[in-house]
Amino acid sequence: MTGKVITITSGKGGVGKTTATANLGAALADLGHKVVCIDADIGLRNLDVVLGLENRIVYDLVDIVEGRCRLRQAMIRDKRLPELFLIPAAQTRDKSAISPSDMVTLADDLRTEFDFILLDSPAGIERGFRNAIAPADIVLVLTNPEVSAVRDADRIIGLIEAEEKGPARLIINRIKPEMVRRGDMLGVDDILELLAVQLIGLVPDDENVLLSTNRGLPIVLDGKSKAGQAFRNIARRVMGEEVPFIHFDETGGFFSRITRLIRPGGN
Amino acid sequence: MSSKLQIKGIRDGLLITLGDGAWEEQRQDLMTQLRSQAEFLRGARLAIDAGGAILKAADLGQLTKELAELGFTLYALISESPTTERSALAFGLATRLPKPGAARTVAGSTEPDGEPALLVNRTLRSGYNLQYQGHVVVIGDVNPGAQVIARGDVIVWGKLRGMVHAGAEGDDGAVVCALDLSPTQLRIAGAIAVTPKRRGKPQPEMARLVQGQVVAEAWDPKRERL
Repeated sequence: MTGKVITITSGKGGVGKTTATANLGAALADLGHKVVCIDADIGLRNLDVVLGLENRIVYDLVDIVEGRCRLRQAMIRDKRLPELFLIPAAQTRDKSAISPSDMVTLADDLRTEFDFILLDSPAGIERGFRNAIAPADIVLVLTNPEVSAVRDADRIIGLIEAEEKGPARLIINRIKPEMVRRGDMLGVDDILELLAVQLIGLVPDDENVLLSTNRGLPIVLDGKSKAGQAFRNIARRVMGEEVPFIHFDETGGFFSRITRLIRPGGN
Repeated sequence: MSSKLQIKGIRDGLLITLGDGAWEEQRQDLMTQLRSQAEFLRGARLAIDAGGAILKAADLGQLTKELAELGFTLYALISESPTTERSALAFGLATRLPKPGAARTVAGSTEPDGEPALLVNRTLRSGYNLQYQGHVVVIGDVNPGAQVIARGDVIVWGKLRGMVHAGAEGDDGAVVCALDLSPTQLRIAGAIAVTPKRRGKPQPEMARLVQGQVVAEAWDPKRERL
């Protein structure tokens, strides 16, 4: 078994990388895959909180790299999904505690055992970002429909191309259907036109995401949530399935369930 | 299966396809081969196909220097890696070979008054900084956050939305052309302008200096040339 390493990154902070990692991990595990999520944001760890596993941490990523524990010892099994594991970040160190080659070695060890290795990248373009993309097979770039987030996504996509980790795939998070309909929000087509990469997910803004994050329960486990549905769709697209995009703008109730294939950007 | 280094004669010189392995190995292998046949091949123009090897500018600098010491000129570097292609372009090397059976070959230049320009065949994303001591032609977009600084003219066959500075060393006659001219900031020589809000559909425009002011005009094929 050789697992795929998927890095979730964005450049800008606060666009939802950690929430996306947790939900994508949970969705893939829910579909029956063996998944490990790694929090690469050393010094500012949150993935454990979002997954509700904070109180189970004994060892962390830096302990593995520095040989204070075995890989197995640092892996925390999820409460609900037995196929989902977490390797938490160290909170008392910083990004320089590990190097890109450490991440490659670690990922190679995990590949034999897991189907998917999800890496939650820190914000920024420095060491932490380099660590997170070094072992990546697939890079998912997350952005929000706002100018600053799209600008940073563009920069990040350029860096990913330069590192030969491309082509990156794009997730647009926190789309407000109401605002898109009024024309007050950057549209999906505008973003794709600028970034010219393949779209892999559209996630609507949903208050329940915040609630579920605070409770430490990924939203994908809530069958009724639109955002949860969007993350489940991304998981299926990562596995190579063709899943039509949910269409948010235009007429109809809260958002219309009419599905339409949105033309992916780029070649 | 590992492939070995191959040398083949082509119209413009020799095409060397590197074997498998790390760059350091490939380079030493190449040097050994060339040294052993130096008598026979000396003075040849070389095109090297580096396959997927990722070469930084420093690697290329070392390579061209070593080749020059043996009496070879490197004129082209073919690669599948964008990094290597970029390094090759920075060294002024060709990155493509004319296909055999091409419609025609271009021998030299018949336009002694023309000026050389740098052709960039890709989209420049945010954070990309392109500087060139001459004219620049971009086939692709220049995204917001990217910058192009040229001593001469800048021509963008695509959307220009980043920062562009033409005539950066004070050439008042420099122009900026784009299919969609909406840069965050446009500079020509010492003048700075920002793009006014666009009305209607984008159209090809050319910006130049008129009495110290940046003026952008729609491209009119019937207009008198400058």
